[in-house]
Parts: sequence; C-alpha cells; structure tokens
Amino acid sequence: MTTPTATTGLIFNEPLLWEKSRDGRCGLSIPTSDVPSSPLDATLTTGGPNLPQLSEVDVTRHYTRLSQWNFGVDSGMYPLGSCTMKYNPKTNEVQAARPGFTTAHPMAAEQLTQGAMELMYNLEQDLGEITGMDAVTLQPAAGAHGELTGMLVIHAFHAKNGKQRSKIIIPDTAHGTNPASASLCGYESINIKSGENGILTPEAVAAVMDEDTAGIMITNPNTLGLFEENIQEIADIVHAKGGLVYGDGANMNAIMGIVQPGKIGIDVIHLNLHKTFSTPHGGGGPGSGPIGVVSKLAPFLPSPRISKTDKGYSWQFDCPDTIGRMLTFHGHFGILVRAYAYIRTMGKGLKLASQLAVLNANYIKAELRDTLALAYDRPCMHECVFSDKNQQPYHVTTLDMAKRLMDYGFHPPTVYFPLVVQGAIMIEPTETESKETIDEFIQAFKDIAKEAEETPELLQTAPNLPKVKRMDEVAAARKPCLCG
Amino acid sequence: MKEINELNLPEDVKYTDDHEWVKMDGDIVTIGITDYAQDQLGEIVFVELPEVEDSFGQGDEFGTVESVKAVSEMYMPLAGEVVEVNAALEDAPELVNTSCYDQGWIMKIKPQNPSDVEALLDKAAYLDTLRG
Amino acid sequence: MRYLPHTQEDITEMLKVTGHSSLEDLFSSIPESCRLKGDLDLPDALTEWELNDHMEGLAANMAATKVFIGAGSYRHHIPSALNYLLSRSEFATAYTPYQPEISQGTLQGIYEFQSMITEILGMDVATASHYDCGTALAEAMLIALKKKKKTKKVAVSALVHPHHRQIINTYLSPSGYELIEIPYNPDGTTDLSVLDAMEDVAAVAVQSPNFFGVIEDLTKVRAAADAKKALMVVSFTEALSYGLLKNPGSFGANLVCGEGQSFGISQSFGGPGLGILTGTKKLMRDLPGRLVGRAKDKDGKDGFVLTLSTREQHIRREKASSNICSNNGLNAMAAGMYLAFAGKKGLHELAVLNHDKAVFLKQTLEGAGFTAPFDTPFFNEFVLKAPPGFQARRKQLETEKGILAGLPLECYYPDLKDHYLFCATEVLSRQDIENLAKEVRP
Repeated sequence: MTTPTATTGLIFNEPLLWEKSRDGRCGLSIPTSDVPSSPLDATLTTGGPNLPQLSEVDVTRHYTRLSQWNFGVDSGMYPLGSCTMKYNPKTNEVQAARPGFTTAHPMAAEQLTQGAMELMYNLEQDLGEITGMDAVTLQPAAGAHGELTGMLVIHAFHAKNGKQRSKIIIPDTAHGTNPASASLCGYESINIKSGENGILTPEAVAAVMDEDTAGIMITNPNTLGLFEENIQEIADIVHAKGGLVYGDGANMNAIMGIVQPGKIGIDVIHLNLHKTFSTPHGGGGPGSGPIGVVSKLAPFLPSPRISKTDKGYSWQFDCPDTIGRMLTFHGHFGILVRAYAYIRTMGKGLKLASQLAVLNANYIKAELRDTLALAYDRPCMHECVFSDKNQQPYHVTTLDMAKRLMDYGFHPPTVYFPLVVQGAIMIEPTETESKETIDEFIQAFKDIAKEAEETPELLQTAPNLPKVKRMDEVAAARKPCLCG
Repeated sequence: MKEINELNLPEDVKYTDDHEWVKMDGDIVTIGITDYAQDQLGEIVFVELPEVEDSFGQGDEFGTVESVKAVSEMYMPLAGEVVEVNAALEDAPELVNTSCYDQGWIMKIKPQNPSDVEALLDKAAYLDTLRG
Repeated sequence: MRYLPHTQEDITEMLKVTGHSSLEDLFSSIPESCRLKGDLDLPDALTEWELNDHMEGLAANMAATKVFIGAGSYRHHIPSALNYLLSRSEFATAYTPYQPEISQGTLQGIYEFQSMITEILGMDVATASHYDCGTALAEAMLIALKKKKKTKKVAVSALVHPHHRQIINTYLSPSGYELIEIPYNPDGTTDLSVLDAMEDVAAVAVQSPNFFGVIEDLTKVRAAADAKKALMVVSFTEALSYGLLKNPGSFGANLVCGEGQSFGISQSFGGPGLGILTGTKKLMRDLPGRLVGRAKDKDGKDGFVLTLSTREQHIRREKASSNICSNNGLNAMAAGMYLAFAGKKGLHELAVLNHDKAVFLKQTLEGAGFTAPFDTPFFNEFVLKAPPGFQARRKQLETEKGILAGLPLECYYPDLKDHYLFCATEVLSRQDIENLAKEVRP
C-alpha cells in the first residue's frame, strides 16, 4: 500500500454565524450620508431584520474555516461521473472580474455594452462550431434549464406545424432531469430500454415512434459512457415520423472536435458550460446551459436574440415564433465570460482535451477491470461504469467504497447512477488529471478492494478523516430543521 | 431485507397487489401498507396523507410514502371517501416501519361498495403475488 | 497546453495499457460517418497574456459611467473581503454537496443563508437558491397551480417586472395555463379591485416594491388572495428594501420569491443573479430545489446534509414539480457573506441610505422640470414624467458621457409615454445627482 495523500490537518470548529454575534458589531463600511434624511412612514418600516452582528475579521475567519471543511477540484481528483469536474482555470476568474463586465447593467443601451455583446456573439459562434449547430442561445441558466428550453422549442415547433404531439421517448440511461423537463412541456415520457450492450437499438425506437410522439431525448455519449453507435439510424426513424431529436450534451467533453452532434441527426442540444467548458461548479451553481439548434428551429429560440450588423451588435426583439423569455436578462454572463476565455485559450486544442479525457477513462477501466465488476465491457468514452458486484460477498457496498476513498484523499465517483446498473460506480477522471494522480487513484481503489476482503469494517465505518462521519440522513428528513 | 417467510402477513386483513392492506370494521375500512412494502422502502421519513372528505376511485393514487432516496405511491384498494387520516404519522412516520398494521395505519375510508373488499387478495393469494 | 498534464511518454504508456494504437483509435466505436473530418474551425489558441489583451479590449468597450437605473439589477458596493472569501477554491470548485462529509463548508454556509433569508422575509423555509427572481416566480406559479388543481389561471400584477411576466408565460403556456394580468391604479399600486370580477385563480402575485418602485399594500393583497382562496405570492427585485420595509411574511404571504443580486453580487450584465424562493412550513414539500438541513453524524456530532431530496427530479423524475438541478449556490454563499458583513445594523442603515438618496434624486429632478405621476411611498426607485426634449437629451448623455438617465417605460406600458423609471443607491453621491440635474435641465 502506498501512502495516501490525505492526512489530518488542523481543522477548526466554527459555530453558526449568530452564535458569534455581539450587539453593535458591523463588518460593512457604510457610506456617510451626503443627502437629507427622509424617513418613510413608520407604518411601512421596521428596524431591520435580526441578522448576526460581526466584524470583518469575524466573518473572514468564519468563511475561511468553513472553506477548509470542503473538498474542491483544487483540492484533489474529483472523478464524479457525468459531472466533468475538470480543472477550473484561474485566468477565467480574472477575465470575469474585469470591472467593465462586472458593473455592466443588463438594460443599458446597446452602444454602451458592445464589448459584452461581442463576447456573447463570438461565444455563440464558437459553440455553434463545436456542436455543428446553426444557431445558439446563451440564455438558459443551467443544464436542466437548457433542457427545458430545448423541449419548449420542440413543443413550439410542433405547435407551429399545426399539430401538437403528446409523447416523448426517453431511454433508461437518461439523466433524471430529462423526464422532468419533458413533463413540464406536457409530454408523457415513453421509457425504452437500451440493448444488452448498453446501446440503444434502432428497433427499440422504431417500436414506439409514431406520429403522436414529439421526438426522443438522447444522451450521447450516454450515461454509461458509451457512444450511441446507432444514432444516425435512430435519428432517421424519428425524423421520418416528423419527430425531433433532443441531444443531452452533458457528456460533450468526450467528443469535442471528434463529433459534431448537429451533423449526425441531432436537432437540439444543450451544453453545460460548467462541465465541458471549465467554469467552476460553485458548490452547486451557477452554471450555464446554452442550447444549439438546427436552422429550422432557430426561429423558436428565446428572445431577444443577438445579431451583428456593420454598425455593431444589437438585440433582436422581433421574433414572432419565439418560445419567449427563459431568464430575466441575457443568461449567466459571468459564466459565459469564463467559458469564452477557456475556448479562446484552448482553440483547436479542445480536441486533444477530449482525446485525453477518453484516454484517462479507458486507462482506469483497463487498470481496474480485475478489481471492480465492469458493467458493460465495451470501449468507453470519457467515463467508465463499474459496480460493487465483486465486493458483495464481503457485505461491502458501493457507498462504503465511495466513503473510504475520502480517507485516501479522493472525492468519490458518482454512485448509484445510472440506475440501469445496480450499485453503479461511475468514474469520470477528465483530461486534467495526470497519469501519476490517476495511478494513485487506481492504487487506492485496489487497496480498498483488498480491505473489503480483509477488514470490511474499515469500509463500513468510513470515512474517518473528514470533519464529520456519515450523517444520519433519516433523522434529518424525518424532522427537517432548515433554518436556525 | 426480509425473506418472504419472515414477513408479517396477518390473516384478518385483505391485500392488494400494490401492497396495501385493508381491514373492514362496520362500514369503515382502514387502509395501510404491508410489511413487505415498508421493508422494501426502508426507513420511512414522510407519509403524504390525503385530506378528510377527499374522494377517490379504485386504483387512484391517494398519497405517497417516502424514504430518504425513494418515493412510492399508494393506490386506493377500493373506491370511497376519506373519513380519517392517521395524524400521528406527521410527527412519527416511522410508525409505518415499526407497526404497519396497527399504529402505522394510513387512513380510514367509507367505501362506495363495501362488498368490493371481498374481491381483494387473502394472505395466500398475496403471498403468491410476492413469490411471482 | 498548460491545463493538460500528459507528456508524450504518458500517452504512449497509457495507450499500451488500454490496447489502442493511437489517440484517434480510442474513438473506433464511433462510426466513421459520425466523425468530423478535419479540425474545428476555431480561432487559434491564445497565451494567457494574449487572452488578457483580448478580454481587456472587450471589457473596455463597456462605456457606462453613472447609472440611474435599477429595474432588477442594482449597483451596490461589494466589500473586498467578500470577493476574496468567495474566490476560495474550496467553495468555488466544489460540486453540489452530495457527499456531506467533505462538503460541510458549503452546507453550513447555505444553511446560514437559508436562515438569514427566512429572517429577512419573515418566512418559514428558504431553498438553497434558484436561478433568478423571474424563474423563481415562475416556479411559484407552478406550485400554486399544482396545489389548486382545478384552476388553470394565475393573477399577476402588471407591476411585476415585465421580464418576469414574460418568463411566467413561457413556463406556463405549454401546459395550457394562463397568466391574467391585474392592472394598476393611478397611484402606481396594483388595482386589486378587478379581482372581484375575475374567475377562479390559483395565485395572486404582486411585486413589492413593484416595478415602479412603489411599496404595495400587502394587507390588501392578503385579503384579495383570501377572497379568491388563492395563494398570496410576493416577489421583489431589490432585496435591500427588506432591510427597512415590513417583510411579506408578516402580511401572511404563502410564497415569497425575489432577486438577491443586491446582496453582494455584481451586476455582471444581468447574470448570474440569485433566485430566492421561500414558503410557509405548509408548503415546504412543494418547494422545488435543494434544501440544507441540520443533522448529526453517527458519533452524534453536529453537521448538515441536503435533505428532503425526494422532491427532486433525480428521484421523482417525470413527477417532479420542477427539473431544477444546478442552482446558483455560490451566489447564495455570496449573499450569506454579504448579510454577515452587513449584519442587523449595516443592512438597515444601508437601506435607509438608499431610500434617502432616491428621495433626493427625485426632488432634485423635480427641480429640473420633471413631474411625479404617483405620490405613493417608494424605496429606491420611482417614476417621473420628463419635460419636453428629454428623450433626445437622454440619448445624448448616453452616447457622449455614458450616463444612463432613467429607463423609458413606454415600451412596457404604452400609456406611460415620456415616463422614466429612476433608481438611486448608495454608490451615487450628492454630486452625481446634482450633476445629472444640471445635464437634463431643459
């Protein structure tokens, strides 16, 4: 066994903000008033909410200590399948923090915001090229929001064609957001199973596709990390009945510069800029979920659209077929800046990023295939899926191994997803992990598998190093305490 | 999880293949979920109850039972109007785990056709459905 | 490429292990007909230094100097310490806290955010965040429609931000739901009397302070919602106002949603902002999005977890009330930090100062020929009717000096020709305001 990278450090206990509060403290510099006081009618006002009172030092130390209880991509390898936890370049943060951008008012006149509009226009072009799509909107706030936007576009397309449809096909390997997005559009989900090798068959699609079906939602590469090889044939089947193909682009990191989804029959795709294009996940968001569409769907995109003329960039509000507005303003601009900085930094090197992401995943698959049970023995893309089948005889579960990985200094992979694999362990290393780090990760998993046989209680009680141990989620859900 | 022979399946109630049980008491029917259902779900954290006076048809969804990571719908074994719900479950959903036929009952209804109860499964027939 | 650590030797060794002859060979499962021939047509890669020049060029082409508009995006001071703490990469580069043992920082931070938001709004439960106010409000409408199944309509004040009403329409229309607009009174408040004649609705929604900046009478909104047996929904775009105003919870609101951008988040051309979504305890299980709750670990130590997750899409799939997954968590963290810095005293004083500045701006512009159509209390935004010639002058100020002198309302409210929405916050000085008056005096 090698020495794990994780160890204990000096970690502080830190109470809740209000437990540190002392009357009379304030951590904000309040501007001196240079105008007359004009109090509002007392019946409308209060003395203000009872917030904690702290100095700047108190607050700084509080959040610094909290941050030390967290694990981020900058702390170590974060191989969460389907989440693409790649390195978040620091220059992206510098670019997004430029005062010209941060202080820009979204309703300012076009001539005062040409820089931001040029950036957005360029980013639309770049994402259009990467996905092979004819038109792109940057308005959606996150992947699921992009998905909803895409489904609304499909809904609007069928409405415009005079006959709304009632169903949508969703394979069993889909992200959980897919059925939820479809039902927000009033579509009934028709679930179909992927074939024995984890790939969708044209026959399965043909069996359910009819003229009352709006289309299919397909993730490619799918959530098993496999490329849907029959995609073109499937798209033909759906198109022949007047349906549309929605592509979930959450896994775009596998195929940049290798496949342009718009060229293989996909009509709408969403991208997660916080996955593929290196913007930070922020502990849950904000993300950004642009969508790209083929030209016949462009009129339905959210308004306003951005356009370029010889006089510069302007907003087009005259979009009669638009689905409408999806977000109050123009999208998560701060995230768009970061993604744009990434694309400009990588250029054509995006293809190499995808190649190395796929290399890393295949390498892990090859090195761990004798340790963990492989769900599907096929060439994988940017992620590989194992299960806890080999460990079951020792009463060790996927969750136990995941928790034990923390003691070794790694964030666990995605567990128990996709649902089609029992006890799934879904590993997505991304291209930014070096061979040495990946070798350490592989070794850690091998050590853990050995522990599972010899000292299973080590796993069942893991993790041991973090600030807290396994939490009682049952008690938390039975008696929810959501504020203090 | 329990083996089939470890399940507690009383003789004095009727069963459905959606894993509810019903018990007739005069013209009122008490409804709950079976030992099998509570065991499959694991530790129950919340029971979504209908409102008194709600009416449902046979097979309609009338509520849900939730564990930390799963939600399971409950379906009407027979048509009727809700006359009482087990308010104790609001604070103690775990009663469904610890006492699914007694303190963990879900609701009482006044059935449209009390005779519909006869058509439900007895213990042996329910066991057959569990064995598949 | 500095983000890609692989040396040529690494690649060779790894390919040997995977049994592939080349990087291209890794993709052999992709049919030839699906593959891109040639390279992506993208601009050449830039060095870090070239990127700086390119981006500075774009950022410099943003010419606004003094901004006298708000309308959903407000310029406030942001403490240096906030951005410094927020950029700690343990917060910024973490994923959603699904593994609580190594996410306690995010979890406690969001729990504190939820707690402070419920205190500010007088509500029982706040979610871990939504995208922005408009999308949170659309979700609130869906909650109301779900609660009152027989109803297909919601009543929304015409003084809810026009963009938010557009979002609600986008969200509702595919399911056959309808937004009915409640018109406004001559005093700039919502005309609730028209509700009497209106058919059944699932929600009565107002914004307060409303799009005209006017503070709505929420007692009347509660009564109107009761009369319709509908949920009372209140939204707001200027979160700072509740450092001073009575909160919506104290009037009995069922759902309150708002924009939290004013709490330490830069305007950033409109996003990402911070969607705030809160409800009463009774609606706790109907709220979409993540919730952090207190918990104990197996040794009895206090901590936090994501809880009540059975409401969410990854478990309930097509039956989920919303598809939200990623939220605006880091901005919720920023808001938490901001409120911690400001505290009880700071938030209140700042709110008072905003109001004072706005009153001063209003009075100063009135002295320069503007007139006020409404004589109703407001927070830091208000409507003025401009003197003749202002439209051209405003355009000139914009292009020549980068001054944004009010937002024209005619495009949203056709009967308000020559009316403009103004805003003043603590960042504007008396001098700025007096200079504006000089510039716009006819």
